[in-house]
Amino acid sequence: MTSAPIGLSRDQMAARAAQDIAHGSYVNLGIGMPEMIAQFIPEGIEVILHTENGLLGMGPSPADGDGDPELINAGKRQVTALPGASYFHHADSFAMIRGGHLDLCVLGALEVAANGDLANWSTGGDSIPAVGGAMDLVSGVKAVYVMTSHCTRDGIPKLVESCTYPLTGVGVVDRIYTDLAVVEVGSDGFEVVDLTEGVTFDEVAARTDGPIRDARSTEVER
Amino acid sequence: MIDKRVADPAAALHDVADGATVMIGGFGEAGSPIELIHALIDHGASGLTVVNNNTGSGEVGLAALIRAGRVARMICSYPRSANSTVFPELYRSERIELELVPQGTLAERIRAGGAGIPGFYTPTAVGTDLAEGREHREFDGRNHVLEYALTADLALVKARRADPHGNLVYNMTARNFSPLMAMAAATTVVQASEVAANGGIDPEAVVTPGIFVDRVVHIASPAHESDLVRRGITYP
Repeated sequence: MTSAPIGLSRDQMAARAAQDIAHGSYVNLGIGMPEMIAQFIPEGIEVILHTENGLLGMGPSPADGDGDPELINAGKRQVTALPGASYFHHADSFAMIRGGHLDLCVLGALEVAANGDLANWSTGGDSIPAVGGAMDLVSGVKAVYVMTSHCTRDGIPKLVESCTYPLTGVGVVDRIYTDLAVVEVGSDGFEVVDLTEGVTFDEVAARTDGPIRDARSTEVER
Repeated sequence: MIDKRVADPAAALHDVADGATVMIGGFGEAGSPIELIHALIDHGASGLTVVNNNTGSGEVGLAALIRAGRVARMICSYPRSANSTVFPELYRSERIELELVPQGTLAERIRAGGAGIPGFYTPTAVGTDLAEGREHREFDGRNHVLEYALTADLALVKARRADPHGNLVYNMTARNFSPLMAMAAATTVVQASEVAANGGIDPEAVVTPGIFVDRVVHIASPAHESDLVRRGITYP
């Protein structure tokens, strides 16, 4: 694809996803792009961030030199604990996840299928297999959102008819935030519920490899 | 008087057998009992099965134990690390086995092992490669996979504070798997930055009750893995 780049920057995608997070939610943000959402939570909206290595009430990275190597997030980066935070062990942490106590998780993706299947843990082949907490998150958290570029760097769609990479979970994804659109997983495939300014539905459909329809008349549940 | 304090890591680990299953606390460097792991390297036990979320970083701590060829098998959820090639090299040359377990399932298997529960059903991983060939069962219309408990001969745990009874308090996100592993191992050895007198830990604040702890070693200023890696230190 040689057309001029369209769509949102990574920061803009994070800001767009942040708009839809309800006040008072308990949220787990995946490493990489999803964790950028934390910087864009709107004023007046309080969200409690969970990190699966044992902290509720996670705050931003500390200033240089102020961190503690034993206060880290799931990506093993130093973070802070906000007033009202709590620490707990891994079985409690994953009871929060598997037991359906977390309201939302936002994850990255290699591929999302039109039926909500997610592949995000392994590219197969020669790579060292590493799954972390992804399979637990998608099996237990009340709402599972994905944040990803609509296509790979080579222009290959990541929203697909069915996943080619090993699955993280079956039929687990509720909504996808991309640089081009907000897409929900409906009973008949992908449903575009919001378009990035300047992007048309046809442009999104052309970059999607599965059944997709324009569902913008339907009000987005917030 | 009950006193679980032991003079040093070597004394605490004198009886580790070849082929032992060893649970090592820590998530990345947070909670990694580096001084105990180094003592385990010095001890020389080999053919170990190690349970940890990761496979260490640099060439210190867990990565050093693996590099020394002491680990036959890793049970973990995330064996990749940005700054260590130790595990990937051995894995690719088939000199170490890997049992990959979703992180929450790993935690629950350890908890179950400590709690006398031989197995449990979980929705995690159903429909993925990691559940292939396993026993499945439907509950309330949803499919689940059978997972078995994990127990160990030995757990190595890092705490912020211990008392002579072995009651423990941890440091922030260094808690992670350690309270579970302390329950699941036949012998639990703790390195604590502070050792209080009995009564020095508020009973309401105890995270791991002393019944789960066998030996306590005082390591006043434990090394941080990231600091050792940054300084290019390798062990031994």
